[in-house]
Amino acid sequence: MSRNLYDLIGLAAGICFILALKGLSSPKSARRGNLIGAVGATIATIIVFFYANDGKALNNQTLILAAIAFGVLVGVPAARKVQMTQMPQLVALFNGVGGGAAALVAIVEYLKLGDGATTAEVVATVFTVIVGCVSFSGSIITFMKLQELMTTRPVIFPFGRQVIALTLVGVLASGGWVISSGGSTPLLVNGLLSLLFGVLFVLPVGGADVPIVISLLNAFTGLTVAASGYVLQTTLLIVAGTLVGASGTILTRLMAEAMGRSLFGTLFGAFTAKAQASTGAVDARPVKSGSADDVAILLNYAQRVVIVPGFGLAVAQAQHTVRELADLLASKGVEVAYGIHPVAGRMPGHMNVLLAEANVPYEQLVEMEEINPTFPQTDVVLVVGANDVVNPAAKTTPGCPIYGMPILDVALAGNVIFLKRSMRPGFAGIENELLYEAKTTLLFGDAKDSLTKVVSALKAL
Amino acid sequence: MASELMSNEIALLAIFLLSVFVGFEVVSKVSTTLHTPLMSGANAIHGVILVGAIVVADHAETNLELGLALAAVILATINMVGGFVVTDRMLQMFKGKPKVKKDAGDNK
Repeated sequence: MSRNLYDLIGLAAGICFILALKGLSSPKSARRGNLIGAVGATIATIIVFFYANDGKALNNQTLILAAIAFGVLVGVPAARKVQMTQMPQLVALFNGVGGGAAALVAIVEYLKLGDGATTAEVVATVFTVIVGCVSFSGSIITFMKLQELMTTRPVIFPFGRQVIALTLVGVLASGGWVISSGGSTPLLVNGLLSLLFGVLFVLPVGGADVPIVISLLNAFTGLTVAASGYVLQTTLLIVAGTLVGASGTILTRLMAEAMGRSLFGTLFGAFTAKAQASTGAVDARPVKSGSADDVAILLNYAQRVVIVPGFGLAVAQAQHTVRELADLLASKGVEVAYGIHPVAGRMPGHMNVLLAEANVPYEQLVEMEEINPTFPQTDVVLVVGANDVVNPAAKTTPGCPIYGMPILDVALAGNVIFLKRSMRPGFAGIENELLYEAKTTLLFGDAKDSLTKVVSALKAL
Repeated sequence: MASELMSNEIALLAIFLLSVFVGFEVVSKVSTTLHTPLMSGANAIHGVILVGAIVVADHAETNLELGLALAAVILATINMVGGFVVTDRMLQMFKGKPKVKKDAGDNK
């Protein structure tokens, strides 16, 4: 078969990717869209074996197939076994390895081309190496933050701004060095500095902004794939990479808007972040903590209850228990709804996925804009493992990391019950004033245990 | 020869620019619920760098090049295959939920 035919098949794969993104943008067609994308990727991978070596079997074919098999053996079990709670960091990790792969591809092609590379090819290589390495190391750091292998708070170090700016200058200068003089040493220096920059770039990002950074790095990786497609003169890579780069950029902006963050502020947090006046000592003010029975009584005599789920629900795998509680309340004639903050959990849509797993009826999941006006008519709000998304500091404390983020106005309800593991502040590391209010009751413990106790107390009433 | 090269570059530029607009267009309206799966799906799509990794593994001339290329193949495969599987798992949970509920209501 001729090269033209393979190019046409490659074009079909590109169309599959467009349809995949289109499908993924609507709930009805999302799953089909993902399958179409997978089909496109499979086609693209199979045909490369036929044309890469002009119709002959590939050099190193056995090794390549072994490497693919190894990748499948690592990737599939990781994707299948991961807990719903850990999905965001897995996506970050997959994104990082993709960026790393793109950088490696460009490096190998650069080594092979040697002095024969055109300036445009070298520029594209340098771009791929820089952005691919930043995406790789940055994603690893976001993974570590989400996995809580390191602190989730912004990491600010002395002269941070200067160090980061200097590293960026170094990255660009070494990139220029590669372009002007060629050779592998400048490229190595460039790659290492880019890796360092990726780390420094993500470290100062606060926990709540991590999803935005993952999305941005995802768009970055798309662009590196497009650039390496240019180096390899492979149209499909240009199409696929650019699609992801462009849609990823829009998605990043949408996410930032949903969180009420300025994209600029998030991205350049590294340059603007100031060390916060840390309160240091644990606040010693009294809080009202109650027992499961107290909570059950409050719920039992309520007309309307809104459940606000957060990351704690995901950690405790309490989605089934919370549904049991909601069903029990509904059977007692209590009106129950879930107030879903767009970024509750660690990623936009995290709670929807989790509650859908527990078969919570779709229409009970109410988005923030619609649920907020109903809080004054709500008797009890049950906050299950959420904190930052209900923290009034987002409205009242200019300069705090979540200032400006829209929140669920649970303070307007008659009573607020927090199910919390401890008094530890939320992911963003900010004290929540609401915890100290008179209308607030705290029930300490693992969300699932607490909910189970409340359910049995409620049954006993 | 030079003009032929140039027209190839322009064709690639056209492909690039058109892809930018298509990419902007397809996701311009999407509910927050789908942000995570969409990001994850897009993430899987850029795993197609596997194609590039296979091409350079085929062309590799030295052991260093081959080693790096095979590492790229492994990483790209993890990105692509893992990405599609994890996206499917997320979306499985949305499947048919509202519909089931509506059917139940109709039967009453």
